[in-house]
Amino acid sequence: MSALQIKKGSTKHSAYNLRPTFSDVIETHTLAVLVDNEAGVLARVIGLFSGRGYNIESLTVAEVDHTGHLSRITIVTRGTPQVIEQIKAQLGRIVPVHRVHDLTVEGPSVERELALLKVTGAGDKRVEALRLADIFRANVVDSTLDSFVFEITGAPEKIDAFADLMRPLGLLEMARTGVAALSRGATT
Amino acid sequence: MARQMTGAKMVVQALKDQGVDTVFGYPGGAVLPIYDEIFQQNDIRHILVRHEQGAVHAAEGYARSTGKPGVVLVTSGPGATNAVTGMADALLDSIPLVVLTGQVPTFMIGSDAFQEADTVGITRPCTKHNWLVRDTDALSGVLHEAFHVATAGRPGPVLIDIPKDVQFATGSYAPPVKGGPKRYQPQVKGDIETITELVEALETAKKPILYTGGGVINSGDAASQLLRELVDATNTPITSTLMGLGAYPGSGKNWLGMLGMHGLYEANMAMHDCDLMICIGARFDDRITGRIDAFSPHSRKAHIDIDPSSINKVVHTDIPIVGDVAHVLEDLLKIWKARGRKTDREALDRWWKQIDEWRAVNCLTYKTSDQVIKPQYALQRLEELTRGHDRYITTEVGQHQMWAAQFLTFDEPKRWMTSGGLGTMGYGFPASIGVQMAHRDSLVINVAGEASWLMNMQEMGTAVQFRLPVKQFILNNERLGMVRQWQELLHGERYSHSWSEALPDFVKLAEAFGAKGILCTDPKDLDDAIMEMIEYDGPVIFDCLVEKHENCFPMIPSGEPHNKMLLGEVSTKDAIKEGGAVLV
Repeated sequence: MSALQIKKGSTKHSAYNLRPTFSDVIETHTLAVLVDNEAGVLARVIGLFSGRGYNIESLTVAEVDHTGHLSRITIVTRGTPQVIEQIKAQLGRIVPVHRVHDLTVEGPSVERELALLKVTGAGDKRVEALRLADIFRANVVDSTLDSFVFEITGAPEKIDAFADLMRPLGLLEMARTGVAALSRGATT
Repeated sequence: MARQMTGAKMVVQALKDQGVDTVFGYPGGAVLPIYDEIFQQNDIRHILVRHEQGAVHAAEGYARSTGKPGVVLVTSGPGATNAVTGMADALLDSIPLVVLTGQVPTFMIGSDAFQEADTVGITRPCTKHNWLVRDTDALSGVLHEAFHVATAGRPGPVLIDIPKDVQFATGSYAPPVKGGPKRYQPQVKGDIETITELVEALETAKKPILYTGGGVINSGDAASQLLRELVDATNTPITSTLMGLGAYPGSGKNWLGMLGMHGLYEANMAMHDCDLMICIGARFDDRITGRIDAFSPHSRKAHIDIDPSSINKVVHTDIPIVGDVAHVLEDLLKIWKARGRKTDREALDRWWKQIDEWRAVNCLTYKTSDQVIKPQYALQRLEELTRGHDRYITTEVGQHQMWAAQFLTFDEPKRWMTSGGLGTMGYGFPASIGVQMAHRDSLVINVAGEASWLMNMQEMGTAVQFRLPVKQFILNNERLGMVRQWQELLHGERYSHSWSEALPDFVKLAEAFGAKGILCTDPKDLDDAIMEMIEYDGPVIFDCLVEKHENCFPMIPSGEPHNKMLLGEVSTKDAIKEGGAVLV
């Protein structure tokens, strides 16, 4: 399939649509979905993904505008360009959905995730865990004589890297929030 | 000025304010307050069905034949779950419905109360949107928003779940706001630049074709008018999906017939060979496209649809236009005229010559018989004898449905009601009741198979009670004809459970309900029998015993492209290859 033909000066296509729609390349996209904070809205979004067989790699949701009753759902998903476009169009059809942003294509963005990691151990391993935590700027938020709970914030890859290092040092349990993301710069 | 009233009264008030004149429903414990209000007024007619599924299909028939939303009122629990099939049907065919369900009182929700079901949970994937109203003050707003959501943009079913205590409590009622609520306003105007691009493509196209669907009918009568103007002005051939029949007249000279799996040879060949395909209000359903990677391989494709998610869902679109069909066609015609009404006439003449060759194949030919009624013959006679009537047709699902689409002619939109997307057996009979409610003096015929018809036969009670003279034209082959056909083509003629023994005597069945039954077994008697059916003032079950092993052709075998059609009994052996066998 060929790429869409785009005329000079046309405003109707985003640069995103320069890619061939029906390509086989699997891409990872971060979507920010602004929704009315009403009963069942998360079920609608999740039901869409399960019902149509789309992937969810990470999902974060919380109210972001108390007076306007708006929540922001951040979804990291994977699929071919055609599937990603379908996901966005399908999300846009849901009545309480106000806006769907594809942060992956709408310009630079920042993504952050918070994780809590429980690491148990004694002696050298305990010292090494604490040293690595310092390098990763992770905080100790709970401590006993044979355990730590670390709090770490960062891009998902950084958390993955920290968790990989903690595993041989006695990583017992981990909780992650999922990705929160915003576009860079002054616009929304 | 907000008036104070009970939630139950609000429901009836909102229906009146929304212009509703008919409600299809079935009472039960959790909707008693609303039924009490219905009892105390005369503006809204309530049609008591015999099963909640029937209520929803009847409302679909009402909606499709009027262009107005259909309204359903049922109780909690089983009332709501019985309505699910109808809503799924309406969602796939984009039919506007407002379904009102009772619910156990708010303080009992979640306690597994009697007749409690998670109705909004169950119906979320089969409605366009749904609401559980926990506060009487919010009820009128939700009711009005529901009508807006059901009808705006791509239409569809919506559901409002109303707990019994919310119906009893008093709150303030707000009348509807003009233009509907702000938060759901789909785009209706197409992008002018892209429409111009489409006009350019049309001006230079050598082998153009219009492929239209139910979206044209949903867009309103203006859309059908504009479509006819476009076809006549540009001399473009036109085909349509099952859902779109009647938007362009079936007797029109540019009409190629229905396309798709059981579509006409000329329509499918033209789709395969065209160089410009203009899809208007259709969605490249798998019944239409056949094998995707061989679908119309040499054409540029334009797609006009009000739902952005329809575009590029199945087939890559070169010229995508998001907007309402009537709005887009109006702009398209304006631009085309302003640019000098250009088409490539010479190329079009060649294209029509080619199409006429395909037409000469006469793909609907079948082996006639003077011993047994052929189903195709029965429909040809029905067409002939009802042509002059103010006629509405509904169907069930299966072979008879495809033959009806092939052999009946629809010259106007909203005259043809059939379950397309979901393929719901049992749709046609209740749908005919809904159609007849909206058009009391018209001739309403449900073309049925005996198996489909039995799925909602309880609605005979409704037809008789409300004196609805619906004609049930049953092509009785004592088989699940389409299943049987597939088993013949695909499963070595092992006819697993595709026939029913112990079929009822349909004449006696009609009489048991207080209706008229007609049995016809001989082709010679057919015309008289059909005339008797038409002239009888009341519901009729017409038991037409037809050839038992007739197959429906033409047929695109699953897994094959449009130009690999089967045209008759010959060469059906091994027509479906392994890859196609997994498809439905």
